[in-house]
Amino acid sequence: MPDVKMIAVITAGLSQPSSTRLLADRLTEATVNDLRERGIEAEVRVVELRDLAQDVTNNLLTGFPSAKLDEAITAVTGADALIAVTPIFTTSYSGLFKSFIDILDPQSLTDLPVLLGATGGTDRHSLAIDYAMRPLFSYLHAVAVPTGVYAASADWGSGGDSASSTLPARIARAAAELAALAAVSDRSDQIVDPFALPEGFSPVGSFSAQ
Amino acid sequence: MQFGIFTVSDVTTDPTDGSTPTEGERIKNIVTIAKKAEEVGLDVFALGEHHNPPFVSSSPTTTLAYIAAQTEKLILSTSTTLITTNDPVKIAEDYAMLQHLSDGRADLMMGRGNTGPVYPWFGKDIREGIPLAIENYSLLHKLWREEFVNWEGKFRTPLQGFQSTPRPLDGVPPFVWHGSIRSPEIAEQAAFYGDGFFANNIFWPKEHYMRLVSYYRQRFEHYGHGTAAQAIVGLGGQAFMRSNSQAAKTEFRPYFDNAPVYGHGPSMEDFTEQTPLAVGSPQEVIDKYAGMREHFGDYQRQLFLMDHAGLPLKTVLEQLDILGEEVVPVLRKEFATNRPADVPDAPTHASLVAKRDAALAATAV
Repeated sequence: MPDVKMIAVITAGLSQPSSTRLLADRLTEATVNDLRERGIEAEVRVVELRDLAQDVTNNLLTGFPSAKLDEAITAVTGADALIAVTPIFTTSYSGLFKSFIDILDPQSLTDLPVLLGATGGTDRHSLAIDYAMRPLFSYLHAVAVPTGVYAASADWGSGGDSASSTLPARIARAAAELAALAAVSDRSDQIVDPFALPEGFSPVGSFSAQ
Repeated sequence: MQFGIFTVSDVTTDPTDGSTPTEGERIKNIVTIAKKAEEVGLDVFALGEHHNPPFVSSSPTTTLAYIAAQTEKLILSTSTTLITTNDPVKIAEDYAMLQHLSDGRADLMMGRGNTGPVYPWFGKDIREGIPLAIENYSLLHKLWREEFVNWEGKFRTPLQGFQSTPRPLDGVPPFVWHGSIRSPEIAEQAAFYGDGFFANNIFWPKEHYMRLVSYYRQRFEHYGHGTAAQAIVGLGGQAFMRSNSQAAKTEFRPYFDNAPVYGHGPSMEDFTEQTPLAVGSPQEVIDKYAGMREHFGDYQRQLFLMDHAGLPLKTVLEQLDILGEEVVPVLRKEFATNRPADVPDAPTHASLVAKRDAALAATAV
């Protein structure tokens, strides 16, 4: 049976069409191509958070996901690798992006390879990937690849400058880093036991009753 | 099969007229509601325990004893008793006292509470929630079963030769349910002791609870208390009824839309589809709850939340009339049909005394 890697994509753009989705698609395509060159097929599941915005809010209020949202959560937490792309709003990831992350079980992204992407109007916010997104995924024990890809509006029509590579070159490098981790990830084959008791758990406690 | 109601004792503004009962009015209303439950033929009244407004029930045994004095048959229970932050010695004494005063009509449901600051208010650490529930219940279990207890644990001062007083009525402790919404540790604990497991499923989809109840049933059998089908299961529920389905929806919607917990979130239609909430005609409520045993197996106790979100007392009493006269009698018949003979009823004081006496007689021979 050929090994198929599950790639989940979170895209948090609000406008349609969205440059965040555009970046997510380029990152996805590059990652899938890189895996294919390694002889590995990939199955992609794109989670458009805009379509789930109401469900995400309801989950924040009620504590449980709708069926549609539950399916998206399962796709993300059970993936071999994740591509996470958000617009940068007011110096950081968007509220919708963070709200989706907030409803995930904090343990559920452990060891997940992640490619961080962000979009913005100008390149002044490009460090938001490193001061906002990267700590978020570090806290969740996900494995963020070294290259984050930030695309300002101007990047879609420029050849880069002397101090930075072009957007396509950054996409290719980041995708190669993610593909290398996705190729050896077995997260999508793991079975999670929701009723696993903590190690050493005793129904009567561990104290000395005489 | 037992049917009853449980209340969280919230003081909530009625969104339709802006009126808010005083604490005193709400407390007296709770007593009226409990007496009504007996009058309409329900079996159980369970009261929550909270230590912060807008809830008024900080002292359940006081209230339950007062209700016991004014009722004849109603079983008084809790939903829940905070096994984490209460001293298990005081729980042992308070509920043994209630058991005597109510002539054995008392049982209780252990829970860990849903308000984080309660832990520090009572000098506890919320990160120890599960270990507290495990250790405190272990001591409580012992205090009710052994005359003189020597004990040393992590969370309270040690005891040497301590005897809790009064001793349980007829030497038989009140039956205990363990309530949980998600922790397998609590299902495991309930199974270990052969106690009841109450899945308070009213705010979440049933699939989660089906797995949790199924886990408890398997572990109940594992620990040798009977077959999985004989495990003692309780479920929560929530309903609003009028003879006309659309009238029920129209009347309940403002309460739903502004309710604590789920208000301002999903639509009432989505929420009724996803959770046990039923809003409609009595027949619609019957249909929804008659189907519960297909998801959870034959079970022992069904409690409904009927008096929250600012519903006026008059409306709640009308709801109890409908529940007791039109819904529960039909559900009793439905649940009795094809119920296996070896599936037990919920334990009562009388059944526990009989079981104890049978065990003693067996050892005497």
